[in-house]
Amino acid sequence: MTPQQQELRQTRNPVAVDIVGLNKWYGSFHVLRDVDLRIARGERIVIAGPSGSGKSTLLRCINRLEDWQEGSVVVDGVELTDDLKKIEDVRREVGMVFQQFNLFPHLTVMQNCTLAPIWVRHMPRKAAEDLARHYLERVQIPEQAGKYPSQLSGGQQQRVAIARALCMQPKIMLFDEPTSALDPEMIKEVLDTMVMLAEDGMTMAVVTHEMGFARQVANRVALMDAGQIIEMSEPARFFENPQHERTKLFLSQILR
Amino acid sequence: MNSIDNTMTEGNGSQLRFVRRAMVPERARPLAVDVIGAIWRRLFGGVFNTMLTLVSAFILVALVWPTFRFMIWDAVWDGASRVDCLEETLKRPVGACWPFVQAKFGQFIYGFYPEAERWRPNLVFLIGALLLAPLLVPGAPLKRINALLFFVVFPIVSFFLLVGGRFGLVHVETRVWGGLLITLVISFTGIVASMPLGILLALGRRSPLPAVRVVSVAIIEFWRGVPLITVLFFATYMLPFFLPPHWNVDALLRVLIGVTLFSGAYLAEVIRGGLQAIPRGQFEAAAAMGMGYWKVMGLIIMPQALKYVIPGLVNSFIALFKDTTLVLIVSIFDLLGQVRTSFSDPNWATPVTLFTGFAFAGIIYFVISFAMSRYALAMERRLSTDHRAT
Repeated sequence: MTPQQQELRQTRNPVAVDIVGLNKWYGSFHVLRDVDLRIARGERIVIAGPSGSGKSTLLRCINRLEDWQEGSVVVDGVELTDDLKKIEDVRREVGMVFQQFNLFPHLTVMQNCTLAPIWVRHMPRKAAEDLARHYLERVQIPEQAGKYPSQLSGGQQQRVAIARALCMQPKIMLFDEPTSALDPEMIKEVLDTMVMLAEDGMTMAVVTHEMGFARQVANRVALMDAGQIIEMSEPARFFENPQHERTKLFLSQILR
Repeated sequence: MNSIDNTMTEGNGSQLRFVRRAMVPERARPLAVDVIGAIWRRLFGGVFNTMLTLVSAFILVALVWPTFRFMIWDAVWDGASRVDCLEETLKRPVGACWPFVQAKFGQFIYGFYPEAERWRPNLVFLIGALLLAPLLVPGAPLKRINALLFFVVFPIVSFFLLVGGRFGLVHVETRVWGGLLITLVISFTGIVASMPLGILLALGRRSPLPAVRVVSVAIIEFWRGVPLITVLFFATYMLPFFLPPHWNVDALLRVLIGVTLFSGAYLAEVIRGGLQAIPRGQFEAAAAMGMGYWKVMGLIIMPQALKYVIPGLVNSFIALFKDTTLVLIVSIFDLLGQVRTSFSDPNWATPVTLFTGFAFAGIIYFVISFAMSRYALAMERRLSTDHRAT
């Protein structure tokens, strides 16, 4: 990133994501309850919590893969409504990495990375390929560009998925349990990639159970349970001195 | 031997503990030996296998030998009229009467298309073949232009060439078209036109918009629920009553539209099956990068869905190709229709004429259907990038 770009990034809207009074129901099930969350530009938030607590749903509201019944979500100054154009505007600037990778199996690694830049950003093919090579190098798999996703290991696939998201040069990155579907031996390579991204100053919202990662890179850690944020603080305080009983219980179970 | 050398065994020789000292090197798989023995065992290993083998062999001989005799051994290869294909003349059993096919060949291929103008269908066949061949070869260059020429420009050029009435060409009414020409015209138009229709209907049926969904379901269910014969009958004999008198839509065109709608409804359901096989995550990953509906469908979902349903699509194409023969009932004489008309020619009335004609038609239908099927199989293999077991 050039200094000018860095400056641009900092002088823009200081609030990356602003979620206010968010309520969502699946049928009659109240999955998100009065959630307020503000993510500052350059901030890295880790969201933890038991399964079914609504943490993935919350994350997916940020790029409106899920809609909601009450409340507002403003991403980079754009309020998400039913307006398809605004949704697409926001999605262009928000990268997402999924638990199941969701690479496109009919395209090579290179094509996976260049597809959206070419078709959404209208970038010339050559430029898109250069960009893809750059990010594939960053995630340390430039030699796999010609292969199909099914020929890669889980860890490599997830790193391609990260590179694919980065090729859109997003302002915010969302990670939805990026290491949960991986063999233990491959978790580290993905986490290392995410740490590198954090060190570059990327705004990140990460749903994960990797508490080591949270401790290392997060500015704030949040615990969700029953559709609400139970406790949120900086990692030192969250891990050493949790306030809420639910947090203490959660940490005692997860850290053993 | 090997394992004792390389491992450390503790305690009375039992392997309660084990530490590997040397890795087992990779070896080539041993070659299969005794191929003949293996085949023999499969064919005649046990009473049941032996019986199966014998029964199969009997059926094969019982089918293949008479076919071979009829088509080749006893067949008549030269002749000028029915006399040359009669048992009385030849004083031997008579198989297929191929001179009959030779004499009627023009009729089988072109129907009653005027003889002086037959260079026009020939030119259409030639252009079609020249454009199709490179399209089928995987590595051939300029695929995009080639496909555009074949699927868009070729039909338009063919239309003007075959119909005429413009550019100094004599007008040839579709009423006199026939034979293989009409079979191919109907199949090609049906396949090429029903494919986009099927895709749109399949997408429509899964649309989040209720109105679009209802209309798609209605179209699909209506056209699937009505027999093709009814569709053809309606298009040919009933439709003119409903249209204003000066609306004189060509009979062949009406049939083409009927066939396309009919086939489109079937393709829609095949394609919907493929759409349902695509995981939600694929939609989400594409949408999350800011792609709109048509880009998600066109670039991510459809290419995968269509690949999954190639067997079903080819099934429908082959069925459509053979169903074209139903146009006979609305007085359009396709290949089979022409073959059957030719049976009434007293010049060629022999006991074997009927069988010869059907054998010829059967061979042509089989060759084209089989070619479609094999090509589809090859394409399926080539497109298989997900490395599943096939």
